[in-house]
Amino acid sequence: MAAIEYQTELLTCIIKRVAAPEHNATGYPLTAFDGNIQMNSALEHPTYNYKVVRQFAIMTVVWGIVGMLLGVILAAQLVWPQLNLDLPWTSFGRLRPLHTNAVIFAFGGSALFATSYYVVQRTCQVRLFSDKLAAFTFWGWQAVILSAVISLPLGHTTTKEYAELEWPINILIAVVWVTYALVFLMTIKKRTTSHIYVANWFFAAFILTVAVLHIVNNAAIPVTAMYSTSLYAGSIDAMVQWWYGHNAVGFFLTAGFLGMMYYFVPKQAERPVYSYRLSIVHFWALIMIYMWAGPHHLHYTALPNWAQSLGMVMSIILLAPSWGGMINGMMTLSGAWHKLRTDPTLRFLVVALSFYGMSTFEGPMMAIKTVNALSHYTDWTIGHVHAGALGWVAMITIGSMYHLIPRLFGQVQMHSVNLIAVHFWLATIGTVLYIASMWVNGILQGLMWRAINPDGTLMYTFIESVEASGPGYFVRLIGGLFWVTGMLIMAYNVYMTVKRSEAIRQQPAPQAA
Amino acid sequence: MDTGTFRGLITFMLLVAFIGITWWAYSKRRKPDFDEAANLPFADDKDEEEIRKQHAAQEEQTNSRHDGGDKNI
Repeated sequence: MAAIEYQTELLTCIIKRVAAPEHNATGYPLTAFDGNIQMNSALEHPTYNYKVVRQFAIMTVVWGIVGMLLGVILAAQLVWPQLNLDLPWTSFGRLRPLHTNAVIFAFGGSALFATSYYVVQRTCQVRLFSDKLAAFTFWGWQAVILSAVISLPLGHTTTKEYAELEWPINILIAVVWVTYALVFLMTIKKRTTSHIYVANWFFAAFILTVAVLHIVNNAAIPVTAMYSTSLYAGSIDAMVQWWYGHNAVGFFLTAGFLGMMYYFVPKQAERPVYSYRLSIVHFWALIMIYMWAGPHHLHYTALPNWAQSLGMVMSIILLAPSWGGMINGMMTLSGAWHKLRTDPTLRFLVVALSFYGMSTFEGPMMAIKTVNALSHYTDWTIGHVHAGALGWVAMITIGSMYHLIPRLFGQVQMHSVNLIAVHFWLATIGTVLYIASMWVNGILQGLMWRAINPDGTLMYTFIESVEASGPGYFVRLIGGLFWVTGMLIMAYNVYMTVKRSEAIRQQPAPQAA
Repeated sequence: MDTGTFRGLITFMLLVAFIGITWWAYSKRRKPDFDEAANLPFADDKDEEEIRKQHAAQEEQTNSRHDGGDKNI
């Protein structure tokens, strides 16, 4: 009975869509696939807007390759400094913010847009609030990325880490982001289900908080077309910056990707989340505590000592909600662990959770002032960031994409499951090489910098610690190459999946079996 | 009331709110609702079943080596 109802609904929707084909507009290359709704209803979903999800999903792969390739170039520059070509545009100081912006906001951002639009539609059982506004977020976000690609190598920067883009671009970001919030929240508002699934809570918190963080931290007085000065002064400016900076980690790189985790881990494991109750406590605990952890970026600076200690304490408390979420994700697999043997996509998702658990343990430890005295300003920090960025963010994204992309293109699975497995091992080995070499380098640098002769003079010059870091930098470069190779394999796999989807659609529609 | 007391009260209220949320989330009354919510990701499974069927049909059409006998296994 339900099946018949569903079929009728499907049919009516298809008829409606054919009669009013307003969704086949704009010049994005993928529109080539949009014309054949009659033949394969799966590609143009009768209810949902999959077009914007497809666009963001493809760009996730593209920006992932660009961002990680930039990372590899920078890693190579640290081994062979002459690779900066002695040009200002290709120097480390200008390419480094381009790398961070590309991987966080272009790769991670596109992945968050894609998955949040997909998850909110499917768990609210309703189409996106507005196709036009959703399309605006796609093109607007790509415009933001493109302006970063141009302005950062030219040397335009606010000097605020992870918020380097200058004020005109910041205004565009704010407009796009508020539109994103509108599309997402209005979609939730018009849902046909009674509950708001937990993943949407995380996505909503991520969208709202990032809007607040971005607008407050980038409050500035424009001086010229591409130069502005911050509205805040001195250590208050520093505190606002790291309130922003750490919450960018907490909400952009954690809450958003936890939203991904709460949908794609249960989906891929084919069982509901281990504890829905825990997920609610996890959500409120995480967003209440993350806000206060920022000062740990400013240990032993001009920031008042009480603020530093408070930041340290809140960072340690943060371990509890982080691990609560990790355990909730992991335990979702109880009774389905055998699936890891055959399903490399699930392996991506689960290893992402392991790295999440590891880096959210490492983070609070590094926030302890005495540990920070050793680790701060060393490569240990870079290693910690990449344990989170590669191990958690990129792996949960890639796992989600391998689940998402075939479904978006009317397929059951990716072109090659074996290539997913190859990608998994490249990514895992690459991450381990990266973080292990940075641990060694970081501790080595920390110890060399603090070593003191009996007469109180420093035992090593700074350049001696740089020289000693050489082998670690080389190992890190190899880890990065593993990652880029994996991403290129992913791109090939995605290309073949899309191509196959196109080929199937060109065949006559099969008779009902 | 000085700023310190005010901040202390805010912290205390947040603590109470958090304990309240936890108590609410773990109350027995919420169980059926949460079970329903936890299954929302699977609401569209029939949809995917449709695609799977379509693919199976397509394969059957194109694959001449297909052995109908394996349906009995």
